Amino acid sequence: MEWEVVIGLEIHAQLATKSKIFSGSSTQYGADANTQANIYDLGLPGVLPVFNEEALRMAVKFGLAIDAEIGMKSVFDRKNYFYPDSPKGYQITQLHEPIVGMGHIDIDLGEGNTRRINVTRAHLEEDAGKSVHEGFNGQSGIDLNRCGTPLIEIVSEPELRTSKEASAYFRKMQSIVMYLGICDGNLSQGSMRCDCNVSLRPKGQEELGTRTEIKNVNSFKNVERAIEVEIERQMDILEDGGSITQETRLFDADKNETRSMRSKEVANDYRYFPDPDLLPVIIDEEYVAAVRATLPELPEQKKARFEAEHGLSSYNAGVLSASREMADYFEVAAEIAGDYKIAANWVMGDLSAALNKNEISITDIPVSAQQLGAILKNVKGNDISNDGAKEVFNAIWQGKGSDVDQLIDQLGLKQVSDTSAIEAVVAQVLADSPKLVEAYLNTPEDKRAKAIGPFIGAARKAAKGVNPQVVMEVLKQKLNELT
Amino acid sequence: MHNKTLAQISQDLQAGEYSSVEVTQHFLDRIKNLDGQYNSFITVTDEKALIQAKAADALRAAGNANEWTGVPMAHKDIFCTEGVRTSCGSKMLDKFIAPYDSTVADNFNQVGAVSLGKTNMDEFAMGSSSESSFYGAVKNPWNEEHVPGGSSGGSAAAVAARLAPGITATDTGGSIRQPAAFCGVTGIKPTYGRVSRFGMISYASSLDQGGPIARTAEDAAMMLNVMAGFDKKDSTSIERDVPDYRANLNNSMQGMTIGLPKEYFSADLDPVMAQTIQDAIKEYEKMGATLKEISLPNTNLCVPAYYVIAPSECSANLSRMDGVRFGHRCEDPKNIEDLYKRSRSEGFGDEVQRRIMLGSYALSAGFYDAYYKKAQQVRRLIKNDFVAAFNDVDVIMSPVAPSPAFKFGEKSKDPVSMYLEDIYTLATNLAGLPGMSVPAGMINDLPVGLQLIGNYFDESRLLNCAHQFQTATDWHTKTPTGLK
Repeated sequence: MEWEVVIGLEIHAQLATKSKIFSGSSTQYGADANTQANIYDLGLPGVLPVFNEEALRMAVKFGLAIDAEIGMKSVFDRKNYFYPDSPKGYQITQLHEPIVGMGHIDIDLGEGNTRRINVTRAHLEEDAGKSVHEGFNGQSGIDLNRCGTPLIEIVSEPELRTSKEASAYFRKMQSIVMYLGICDGNLSQGSMRCDCNVSLRPKGQEELGTRTEIKNVNSFKNVERAIEVEIERQMDILEDGGSITQETRLFDADKNETRSMRSKEVANDYRYFPDPDLLPVIIDEEYVAAVRATLPELPEQKKARFEAEHGLSSYNAGVLSASREMADYFEVAAEIAGDYKIAANWVMGDLSAALNKNEISITDIPVSAQQLGAILKNVKGNDISNDGAKEVFNAIWQGKGSDVDQLIDQLGLKQVSDTSAIEAVVAQVLADSPKLVEAYLNTPEDKRAKAIGPFIGAARKAAKGVNPQVVMEVLKQKLNELT
Repeated sequence: MHNKTLAQISQDLQAGEYSSVEVTQHFLDRIKNLDGQYNSFITVTDEKALIQAKAADALRAAGNANEWTGVPMAHKDIFCTEGVRTSCGSKMLDKFIAPYDSTVADNFNQVGAVSLGKTNMDEFAMGSSSESSFYGAVKNPWNEEHVPGGSSGGSAAAVAARLAPGITATDTGGSIRQPAAFCGVTGIKPTYGRVSRFGMISYASSLDQGGPIARTAEDAAMMLNVMAGFDKKDSTSIERDVPDYRANLNNSMQGMTIGLPKEYFSADLDPVMAQTIQDAIKEYEKMGATLKEISLPNTNLCVPAYYVIAPSECSANLSRMDGVRFGHRCEDPKNIEDLYKRSRSEGFGDEVQRRIMLGSYALSAGFYDAYYKKAQQVRRLIKNDFVAAFNDVDVIMSPVAPSPAFKFGEKSKDPVSMYLEDIYTLATNLAGLPGMSVPAGMINDLPVGLQLIGNYFDESRLLNCAHQFQTATDWHTKTPTGLK
């Protein structure tokens, strides 16, 4: 039978507020255990939640960025369950009336292909603490620093069809929240986490199959792998005539398998009800308009602008607009260079390769956008070759200098582009290589392009720093004169 | 000295009749000598009280005193007080020393009042008799075979026994008014949102409201002046100016319209109780008020709605009592589930467990719409009844409870009969309205309370009505027979 894969993602993104969603404690990552947990975070008797409006502003910003309906009235609910890292015995979340309703994003599938994916909703909730199982002599420790960190849970429609689409969707969400400055997008620190809902159904069937949920997948690669192995697992069961159990599963990246997480037969009954300690959150059009005014240019818009204004290909525009930092870097460099295409090729080529090789991000790059711009301005003006540009770039990267013009001089990279000087060099080369000239002249016209190579090599050897393009033109002209 | 009201003690302190240390020591001695009989205090903070009293006297000597400086009072043990055990009458919190002050406690500290200690109560404020406390039942000073009412039975009994002139309390379904009525003292439950709930251990968040119990309306007004006000630490607290509740105490009753809900004076009401309340209301007629029969058609839905909403909210509010971070933890837990189960089974009493189970059931999948959601809809109907009534009347009057204080054990074995104790008081909590209890007569040598219900934020009018009644009658001055 032919199966159709149905995937929906639930992404948790920690909002980059300074303090927690219902208390004044700091949300800073990495502090000593329980040093960022106040009486509210500890869930002491008598404490009450007070909503951090910065979290509201960020959630609304997100809603506007994905063109979603904004909940003008949203309500916090209690989700009841006992767990040691949930100090109140319930989590405050939004069930029926979330802050963000139906919206959509376009995911990038490569080679200029995009697909629109609908986003069901996004709601505000508080993060839980962490249980620490090592170092306590068989007991467990609890760290409540993370407890109460604001989250938005972004729920997609079950419209994703492949693991690649799923990771493209996750990537795009990361790009959006980072553009908006509402989440640092750090997957390894858990600032963004992804739950994948996967099910299969016979192709053509309307009704959805039974799904499983793979919890807390923490990288783009693992989203793809987890979904792929889960699809295989489900397909094996279904092909054998079995049925899928609706359950929560964990992805084990080392064993490359998913396995059941549930220890109990009975599903949790969360006994949701509106939190009586918090009032419904009511906002008006004026508030929404004020938040809208703070929206930055989003990846989509930036990509379109790069294509329209700078003449970049759809692919290049997509890559360069994927992260706000990369896009900003590119634009500054291109502006100074005076050539967006040269800058695009550089940023996507040599610069990206250097970042990958050194495993650093664009924000930590030792060569500033201004410096790269200055280098490329010289390339554009034919003052240095592309190889020369690489030399300058590497020199700055290695800390050998910071002034581009000075480095070009020091490294002797200045190209000779003056035609009269080059004419002299070419004349000398031709005079020194009569056999080569003869061979060239005996070459049929359509093959002469290849035969010109040795002259260029000889010219560059004779005079270091000659601009090969100019050499080529002068050579062609001189040789033509000989025929 | 202990027969003086808060207002009188305040005046005496200001006039230098005696010092705060003297009056504080006097009350501490009384508690020490007499409370063995009543069990109205869980914790007496002698040392702290005397330190506060000394500081107050020093402040007064320096000319920096206000009307509250050095005035003794106490708190129901539901208000968190920094460095002092805050037990909520439960074994669960027997060892819980609050690391912070509730807003109410902080307000009294700020004005320089002296706290004598923490009063006994039904466990987690669930009950109408103060029999369910882990620290033992509270006795009614009028007759020790009778309950003092609940849940603020310790506060009411201690005020009646002259162990403190005024004590804070809380009211979720009648927990200020019913014990005030049973003990012959005066209590007011303000409008929901008027007094901060921060640091007041939650029973049912949407119904809980703090208020004072004292001997007179004037004293209650004086306490409410300290307790009321917006608090940004409580999202349900309401940002609205607080009037001086003592300012309008002497307004005339002339031209006031009193609503008498026919549903509250039905044939079910004990005729002796009905007569006592009607006699009290006649006093208002004498003072120039007019009476008007009104209808609150959804009255019969109050008890069922309340006993869905309150247990539902409490089932979640009490989840934090899990034995993990504070409070009672069972011995040698086998695993986390065992720790939860045994800590909670051992730490909570029967009534608390009953309500947690009731609430968990009402909120469970498939029942939510039929119970919790329906109860919230009913609540809106009840509120609408009052909104309509207050178009025609200024204040509503009724009995506080169906009978005077009942005997120990009389209702504690039958939860439903205990729940019906609150039949006249629940509606104001469900609607969020202010309600008050004023001593208004005696039946079989036990006090009877008259309930005054006001419109939203009309506490001043209730206190005015109560004060005028206390000017015309002397029920509030009666002392329990045989009280030393």
